[in-house]
Amino acid sequence: MTIYLPIAEMSVNILVILGMGAAVGFLSGMFGVGGGFLITPLLIFYNVPPPIAVATGACLVVASSVSGAISHFRRGTLDLKLGTLLLASGLAGSTAGIGVFAVLRSLGLLDLFISLAYVLLLGTVGTLMLIESLRAMRRLAKNKTVSLNRGGQHNWVHRLPFKMRFKKSKIYLSVLPVITIGFLLGVLTSVMGIGGGFIMVPAMIYFLRVPTGVVIGTSLFQIVFVTAYTTMIQATLNHTVDIILALQLMVAGVVGAQYGVRVGQRLRAEQLRALLALLVLAVGVRLAVDLVLTPKDIYSIVTGGHA
Amino acid sequence: MTRLPSPLAALLFSLTFLASAAMGAEKPTDKVRPPEGIEIGVSTNEIAITSDFTGADLTIFGTLTNVDEYLQQIGQYDIIVTLEGPRVDTTIRRKERVFGIWINTEQMTFSAVPQSYSMTSTRVIKDITTQQELAALNVGIDHIRLFAANYFGDISALDDFRQAFRRQMLDSGLYQANPGGIRFVSPSLFRATLKLPADVPNGVHMVHAYLFKSGDFLMETKLPLRVVKTGIEQSLTEAAYGNSFLYGLSAVIIALTIGWAGSVIFRKD
Repeated sequence: MTIYLPIAEMSVNILVILGMGAAVGFLSGMFGVGGGFLITPLLIFYNVPPPIAVATGACLVVASSVSGAISHFRRGTLDLKLGTLLLASGLAGSTAGIGVFAVLRSLGLLDLFISLAYVLLLGTVGTLMLIESLRAMRRLAKNKTVSLNRGGQHNWVHRLPFKMRFKKSKIYLSVLPVITIGFLLGVLTSVMGIGGGFIMVPAMIYFLRVPTGVVIGTSLFQIVFVTAYTTMIQATLNHTVDIILALQLMVAGVVGAQYGVRVGQRLRAEQLRALLALLVLAVGVRLAVDLVLTPKDIYSIVTGGHA
Repeated sequence: MTRLPSPLAALLFSLTFLASAAMGAEKPTDKVRPPEGIEIGVSTNEIAITSDFTGADLTIFGTLTNVDEYLQQIGQYDIIVTLEGPRVDTTIRRKERVFGIWINTEQMTFSAVPQSYSMTSTRVIKDITTQQELAALNVGIDHIRLFAANYFGDISALDDFRQAFRRQMLDSGLYQANPGGIRFVSPSLFRATLKLPADVPNGVHMVHAYLFKSGDFLMETKLPLRVVKTGIEQSLTEAAYGNSFLYGLSAVIIALTIGWAGSVIFRKD
């Protein structure tokens, strides 16, 4: 059973797309991530043009993050001031990213850039996560306690100027690292179609020393708005959001996520992180292989205008 | 132009005379005939196709006027019918291995290239007339003019890009040839069957019909044909390009609604 994707201009098997959406939804529910970094490469493997995969991925993250963001907002488990600062810089980053996206696309380097960015990001994050979770497992085996947030300790981040007090997080912190993180993640949302939760959460815990209780809520708050904004400008300026594709992925993803959450609750945190790390690395390796293998045809046609 | 020396002129004259006398002997009623003509018609000037269209045949009828029945019987008339899609500038890129990674390093833009091209003829076109004639007329997939406006590099690279372009368009089915798709229903009436590719582009296409006699080009006629896609996918495409802000806004609203609805439906109470 096939369905035509009007923006991607290709026919796809509806069952494959629903399966992809459900699988990514399951994994994102299980690991508590948005899933943009999984769905975009999967769509590229399925021959969806990378620009469409990226923009549609951002749209999908809106759907997968909104319910979490609402429940954290209701429970008050977020730092609105920190979130707003991250959001403002995220919107600026996303706007800059869209500009980069358009320039790279006109140069014919966008597909390559997306793949390279994924290989780099997934490779680095996957390796770091794997090392960290293996260490945690080893420590647990020796019956030592693990604490992610070593309170009281300060690092170089806390010596930066322009400090601001974040009451909810009980931290007194320079705005520079906050703005930098928000901005970079905004750029990544535009050019990679990811929310960036899997980067923002560790960055907030390790660099900014934000209490773990408000980290998820604050990052989800930022992600929902930045991905929604990115979807809007991708659609307006680059015309790369495929609504038919996004719709199938979202419906399947939302259902899949419910089952993922249940399985996730039965696994231990460090086991989950090790599994996620392996998954991230596998996707990165697969993309790297495609960059190196000789393509079927070294020529590609770019149709100029659109009817 | 120089005048022919008179003995030669006399010889030529007598040869011509002999030839026409010979023909006259076979067909005594022969007299100076008006030149042949070709006319074509389609039942509609607009084709509406749905987005799940998987390709179809388009039949075009045509007539030849003032046709010489004898020449027609021995197959001296040939027709080529083409359907050219809307013309756009088309860029083609070439990858090269740089530090082990395949990167688009070169690109070339051909001006005003038909987005689709479907051709049919009475015979294989290379048997109809010479390559030079076909090239002069821009008829045939190998003769579509691919002009790189801003390219000043290596000519052999230009050829490689042209070949790659034609090969890919043929592979994708946007360019196709159907030799032998023209049948004469009567000595002057013919039917041409053109193939419309599955992803035939929207816009004004042009049907061209070319008439040849004994390998010589006689005349050409053309007819516009509008291809309009219909259906929900087409309306979405139009919205995405025409009302892109509203399109983006609805994409976000749909995402928010589905995400929120999912958590409500599956809420564990």
